[in-house]
Amino acid sequence: MTMLRLEDLTVRFGGQAVLDAVDLAVGEGEIVCVLGPSGSGKSTLLRVVAGLQRAEAGRVLLGGRDQDGVPTHRREVGLMFQDHQLFPQRDVAGNVAFGLRMRGAGRAETAARVAELLDLVGLPGAGARPVRELSGGEQQRVALARALAPGPRLLMLDEPLGQLDRSLRERLVVELRTLFRRLGTTVLAVTHDQGEAFALADRVVVMGEGRIAQAGTPLEVWRRPASEFVARFLGFENVVAATVRGAVAETVWGPVPVPSGTAEGACRVLVRPGGVRIAPDGHLACVVAGRTFRGDHVVVRLRPEGGPELDAACALAVAPEVGASVRVGFAAEDVVVLP
Amino acid sequence: MTTPTRRRSAAVRLGLMALPLAFFALFFAYPVAAITGRGLKEDGQWQLGRVGDVLTDPAIGHVLWFTTWQAAASTALTLLVALPGAYVFARLDFPGKGVLRAVVTVPFVLPTVVAGSAFLALLGRGGLLDQLWGVRLDTTVWAILLAHVFFNYAVVVRTVGGLWAQLDPRQEEAARVLGASRLRAWRTVTLPALTPAVASAALMVFLFTFTSFGVVQILGGPRYATLEVEIYQQTAQLLDLPTAAVLTLVQFAAVGVLLAVHARTVRRSEATLRLVDPAHTAHRPRGAAQWALLCGVLGTALLLVVVPLAVLVQRSLDGPGGDALAFYRALGSAESGGGTFTVAPLEAVGNSLEYALAATAVALLVGGLAAAALTRRAGRLARGFDALLMLPLGTSAVTVGFGFLIALDEPPLDLRSSWLLVPLAQALVGVPFVVRTMLPVLRAVDARLREAAAVLGASPLRVWREVDLPLVGRAVAVAAGFAFAVSLGEFGATVFIARPDSPTLPVAVARLLARPGESTYGQAMALSTVLMLVCAAALLVLERVRVRVRTDGGSEW
Repeated sequence: MTMLRLEDLTVRFGGQAVLDAVDLAVGEGEIVCVLGPSGSGKSTLLRVVAGLQRAEAGRVLLGGRDQDGVPTHRREVGLMFQDHQLFPQRDVAGNVAFGLRMRGAGRAETAARVAELLDLVGLPGAGARPVRELSGGEQQRVALARALAPGPRLLMLDEPLGQLDRSLRERLVVELRTLFRRLGTTVLAVTHDQGEAFALADRVVVMGEGRIAQAGTPLEVWRRPASEFVARFLGFENVVAATVRGAVAETVWGPVPVPSGTAEGACRVLVRPGGVRIAPDGHLACVVAGRTFRGDHVVVRLRPEGGPELDAACALAVAPEVGASVRVGFAAEDVVVLP
Repeated sequence: MTTPTRRRSAAVRLGLMALPLAFFALFFAYPVAAITGRGLKEDGQWQLGRVGDVLTDPAIGHVLWFTTWQAAASTALTLLVALPGAYVFARLDFPGKGVLRAVVTVPFVLPTVVAGSAFLALLGRGGLLDQLWGVRLDTTVWAILLAHVFFNYAVVVRTVGGLWAQLDPRQEEAARVLGASRLRAWRTVTLPALTPAVASAALMVFLFTFTSFGVVQILGGPRYATLEVEIYQQTAQLLDLPTAAVLTLVQFAAVGVLLAVHARTVRRSEATLRLVDPAHTAHRPRGAAQWALLCGVLGTALLLVVVPLAVLVQRSLDGPGGDALAFYRALGSAESGGGTFTVAPLEAVGNSLEYALAATAVALLVGGLAAAALTRRAGRLARGFDALLMLPLGTSAVTVGFGFLIALDEPPLDLRSSWLLVPLAQALVGVPFVVRTMLPVLRAVDARLREAAAVLGASPLRVWREVDLPLVGRAVAVAAGFAFAVSLGEFGATVFIARPDSPTLPVAVARLLARPGESTYGQAMALSTVLMLVCAAALLVLERVRVRVRTDGGSEW
């Protein structure tokens, strides 16, 4: 069953379309992550669903019902703000209990639910602490508990882990996914961090300039970016104009093998850094312009004789030094043909 | 998409405005219109020719010019002296801060006549300066300016300091890290954030000094008169109601222009601020500069506020034959003041407290509703409403009091014999304080905090109660203090409408002062001292309440 459906949703700020005829559906219990650079309209999307922002055109349906005219406080959605927006004058328990009180829950019921949620987010017994004494990660947990407490039909997260440090982020994203799976929560999250989106979501929706550029499972999006915009946003730099003839695309970098069945003619191709192989028998001569250490591998920046620079991923032990002359070839399985 | 929601919120705003609007229509617009109408109408005909006659009178032109420039000079001088004070009270911790804050507020509630006398005793013939150095200022405009600073010091300290204490100091620290000098960081970060509060305070001071009455009456002598003094003389002494009516209209117009200018400035500079708990922004003075500033501010407060008050107290204790309490004992009997009273003057304390409490309640209700309606700034209507609320501050109290007498004396609104009349008139002056104190804080509440509450299921009313109210609790306390204080000290209107058998403290003081003689003068000083103590005690109680709200206002309100 579809919990959230957006139809032809359009929002303009001063003539500029922030959301441009967006269609999107989120199934019950599904975790969908909208991924896009800042200014791509992601936060606006959440605000429209919450009823905090008016849409010029289009419809928002929650549980099959049109939300036109339904004020924010009756939509029964949860929203975790980017900077949490915890109520500074209330303690942790007061924050978590807020939504329950608004729904008229009894005192005992509220107390039990607050304790349960604080357990759930890993802050047992923290109810009496003032929120200004919490660390960033703790604030994030309290914000999550507060959003979850009234049992929203749809939980929306705006850059949920944006302000946390990397190791905490990586741990929390796994925790969040496990938690949402266990509770069966329907989640719509937005983020600009692809690692976060891929780790959290069942389905990723890439947005650019108010439109949906691609939607699919993390694996699909990662393996088959649908456009040059998506490819570049995912961090792939090796995109070049090409003309396909049979199983080979002609480019300024020389011939690039393409998957069989690719349509002939002009297109652009992406070669993932892993598919750029440094080997003595490669056909393209390059000079190493830079090296970036990435933990288990090194990304080498190559300057070919002609055409744009390209990245190659290679093992630590065999990475060439800056200034070295190398030859490279391309592996067919890491080539993606873009429209 | 949410047009119904928008329409509903407009309806809510109108609903919130309804009570304040009705209040102002009945107890301000109607009485003032009634008395102005009576002045300008003769045999049922409007006599508009009078307007031209009065306005072309060079003597009136002179009064208008003096009124304006002395108000501007007083405002500038007050800001100059009081802004460092606002900083010290907001950001520095020192022993006795709460007491001192209450002390500097005392002048604000003193009857203007008493303060005028205190300054006369300080600066006039045979005064302290005359005795010490042979300096006399009572014939110069400096006496008026200094007395105005004395009165309005607290307005700036409270209005600006209240916001300053809640500004996040890290904003300034961020600017310092980015390479701004201490002064530059203050100028580029803190000053713009404070601008709405400074503008509010400046406007209030200007309005008070523009309509200044008692001080100018006593210290100005025959040379200096403000519009308000002129209106009083025309109404009460020359019985020239038409001229008084024209002058009232002129004062109205001037105040209108002023409010328009103010609204423009504030609209341009008001921004969403990061507010933090004021308990965490103050610290002990660090470094020579801060110590020097603290000492400077304490010294100024001492010279400007404490010394005149001390002279007042000293005179009250200067009883005949060295009996320090003679004047105070005399206040307990109805025979004091040579038969001026039917009751003992000390009973005025109870009257004053009752009236002031009722007036504070009315002002908080009306002003609170108005501030809530104005929080979401929207449109011309709201701005007009905002300006309307400020008008009583710029209107002659004499006109309002006289208007009450002639307008509210027949059914269905026959309030002549109701004790409510006095608190209603006093609340009129209290409302602008409540609105001006609460509005900057309400508007500075982060809108997304309200959104967070709405998403969690809070209706707009609930959002106000749960999010806005707790955050503005401090502002409400400050507003209540102001409303209480101005009600306690209100004189111009109350003197017309308080019943002879239940005078308020300022009215009783004025009656004593009106009687010639050493002994009634001493009793007036004694009763002023009592008024001063009542006020200081009330404000101290308020300080305590505020502290308690802050410490255990944790989860529930």
